[in-house]
Amino acid sequence: MTTGGQSDYVRIALPKGSLLSATACLLKETELEFNDYVQSTRAYRLESTRLPYLSAKIFQEKDIPIQVAIGNYDLGICSLDWIEELSAKYPSSALLKIADLEYAKGNLYLAASRYGNISSLQELSTGQNSWRIVTEYPNLAETMALNLRLRKFRIFPVWGAAEVYPPENADLALLWAKGESEIKAQGLIPLKAVLASNAFLIANQESWQTKNVSQLIAYFSQRLEMKVKPWLRIKSGMAKSSNSFRPDFSEDKVWLALPDGHQQSPTSEFLNKAGLKLQGYSEGKLSRRPRFNLDWINAKVIRPQDMPLQVANANFDLAITGKDWLLDHLCRFPSSPVTELADLGFGQVKIVAVVSQALPMANIEQLKQVQDSKMPPLRVASEYINIADKYLRDNHVSRYKLIPTWGASEAFLPEDADLLIENTQTGKTLAKHNLKIMDTIYQSTACLIGNKNSLESSSKKGRITSLVKIFRRAVESN
Amino acid sequence: MASQKCKGARDLLPKDTEAFRYLEDIFRRTCLGWGYQEVRTPTLEYLHLFTAAGTLTPDMLSKVYSFLDWDGWSGERVVLRPDVTIPVARLYIENLSQQEIARLFYVTNVFAFEETGKENRERWQCGVELIGSDKPASDVELILLAMETLRSLNVGDIQIQLSHAGVLKALLKELKLEADKEMRLLDQVFDGNWQALTETKPSNSDIGRLISLLLDLRGKSSGFLENLKALPQIPVAVKPALDNFSEIASFLDALSCNYQIDITSTRGFEYYTGVCFQFSVKGEKIGSGGRYDNLIPLIGGKNTPACGFALYADHVIDLIQAQDKRKTEPGILVRCAKMTPDSIRTSFQLAQSLRQAGYAAELDFNGRQANRHWIISIQEKPPSFLVINQARNQKKEASSIAEAIKMIGGSA
Repeated sequence: MTTGGQSDYVRIALPKGSLLSATACLLKETELEFNDYVQSTRAYRLESTRLPYLSAKIFQEKDIPIQVAIGNYDLGICSLDWIEELSAKYPSSALLKIADLEYAKGNLYLAASRYGNISSLQELSTGQNSWRIVTEYPNLAETMALNLRLRKFRIFPVWGAAEVYPPENADLALLWAKGESEIKAQGLIPLKAVLASNAFLIANQESWQTKNVSQLIAYFSQRLEMKVKPWLRIKSGMAKSSNSFRPDFSEDKVWLALPDGHQQSPTSEFLNKAGLKLQGYSEGKLSRRPRFNLDWINAKVIRPQDMPLQVANANFDLAITGKDWLLDHLCRFPSSPVTELADLGFGQVKIVAVVSQALPMANIEQLKQVQDSKMPPLRVASEYINIADKYLRDNHVSRYKLIPTWGASEAFLPEDADLLIENTQTGKTLAKHNLKIMDTIYQSTACLIGNKNSLESSSKKGRITSLVKIFRRAVESN
Repeated sequence: MASQKCKGARDLLPKDTEAFRYLEDIFRRTCLGWGYQEVRTPTLEYLHLFTAAGTLTPDMLSKVYSFLDWDGWSGERVVLRPDVTIPVARLYIENLSQQEIARLFYVTNVFAFEETGKENRERWQCGVELIGSDKPASDVELILLAMETLRSLNVGDIQIQLSHAGVLKALLKELKLEADKEMRLLDQVFDGNWQALTETKPSNSDIGRLISLLLDLRGKSSGFLENLKALPQIPVAVKPALDNFSEIASFLDALSCNYQIDITSTRGFEYYTGVCFQFSVKGEKIGSGGRYDNLIPLIGGKNTPACGFALYADHVIDLIQAQDKRKTEPGILVRCAKMTPDSIRTSFQLAQSLRQAGYAAELDFNGRQANRHWIISIQEKPPSFLVINQARNQKKEASSIAEAIKMIGGSA
């Protein structure tokens, strides 16, 4: 218990990425400045420059409502869309919305392609179509689809690049944008603004009921009442590449998904070696729809994490992704028709089980032995939620909680998770964060994946087979 | 040790299961007696079966247990059935649609999320569906069948409340709202928010007056409905539904079946089209049902009228009097102290003979104290059996199984 005026020790979760600059500016103005809270930071744990009772950790924005709801952090800053995405599935989450911070204003839009055959909401509730909806917000998408009384729908959760799927590879996208013009610039038609969103200060309910955080809230309140708000002027978000193209519905083209992010540059190099020339996939200027010199190939650049599900549903015929993501997909859907067609050799990573160096345990057996029914369940953080789940089941770990993460998982240990299932190239980053590898679960490289069913029956069978041959030849000549 | 049971789940202990079986036996016997046949549908169904407009309200849909199956990469979600009428309608379409009339019943569980975890998230229903008849007499048949079951269960004074979804929907149409507003209002009403209806403030004041006449008053005979029909401001479009409602009420009058007409008693399901009824005891709702003529075509079948009801088993069980519950008589204890092949063989043979003679026989190899009327002990040396009447504190010896069984009053 605290007496008036004294502050309890408080932990706040702060966002990386697009909200960081404006959030940092607001904190500086409110005297809640943190060292190293800048775009280029490599630190995760931050100390307040003035208040000894305040510390912070940096998370992906999407992780913040979860971290605050489960009580790892007392306060957090993130945008409303991620808060609502959590509450849509878990309405009794212990989250309180404390203050509207006013910056990073935008909307979640339900959008269709300008080049597709949907132009209004009404068209969605008629007919027997099963609408394919891609989104980073699967829970909100489900609620929305039920409220719109869509008769049949399929939701494809994606890690990103939702805007690039319609019209050929999805009917609808539910995505965030600053305004309608930004949606239109991507070749989409906004059908409905589903949710108005901007940055919020949130609190864990239990912390709010038991701790004295009044001094911190007062700092925010004072600033929010001021007329001059410099943080509102800071541009947030990265401008999405505008997307002008002609859609291609021709049935005989082969759809190939290419990865963005780390895998982009080695993939580009590999395609070059294979003799496949393409425009718009070089480092400098990324087009989400690069063009091949072979006109029977259509390509889109999406997240490698999303590819197995897309190939399973025949939204794409072939994709270049990592074996790690294929394995994660097959752990969730063991009878999926997705299969590996060629090991491309590059992009080597290990999937490892990691614990803090402070723990005496050397392997999963020893970890299991210290677990008993009196201890709280093992907290396991991972981007590979299905690999992690299977690993723990196969090892008969009886009580565990999975915490899904969206990158930078090593920041979770040791305070916010006990075990991490993570990828690593050299192990150096892990060692730097005082973590140790307990087990190597899987060796992964980049691979070409395809759909068994379309390889057998599709009218494009011949073309798919010849493209696979080109890839295999390139691997062999390496 | 902390409970490891799931939040919102319930264990049925032997005494609960006895009460449950008692309810089930009476319900099954009654249904079979009326010519109904028992069916079972799977626990898992596809979500899309329940999402079409006119089936479940969005509030109910937001509480379904839906998830991706192990082969759910297509995004097709499955649910733990949130309702049984829709699956039974599906079963009828897929298997029995050549039958003009199908009389079906079931005892099954349904699942709906409940936030506090204090109420059951898994609930049991005893339900009946009469598919293929549009006759008002069929609605009456269901009400009487439900009443016969409840009376046999001796649950106390049963109130019947009647409403009519057709009257309600026709009135809503008279408000001349846009299609999606009308749908939303209907959803609110079915979720129990009748206030929403009076708040619409219709431009036509006749309709407004009619709505408040319907919402505020409770009728007790078909006369009430005839009075309404005679009003000058009744719109033509509402008449057929009112006629149907009044006819059903007059049949119930003729059968001396008491009821209360309360238009606000309809709850929960968008699929109702005609009369709706609910049963309650001391204010607690223990069952409900109604007519749903559009459901079967809506989920892909031919135009087929239908009606049905369900009794809420969890609530009904609480009302069954202790003396009525089916009691499993404690069995005769066959006690064997020596673990020799001979004694073990004799024990099992004796137990089998007792069962054949109509007794329950429980074996005891642990020599525990047991409060039983009869205990038969296997002895090492002849005479082989010691028959103990614990109630009278008497012991007698018997030399054969037949003799032992005779002593307790039966014949082997």
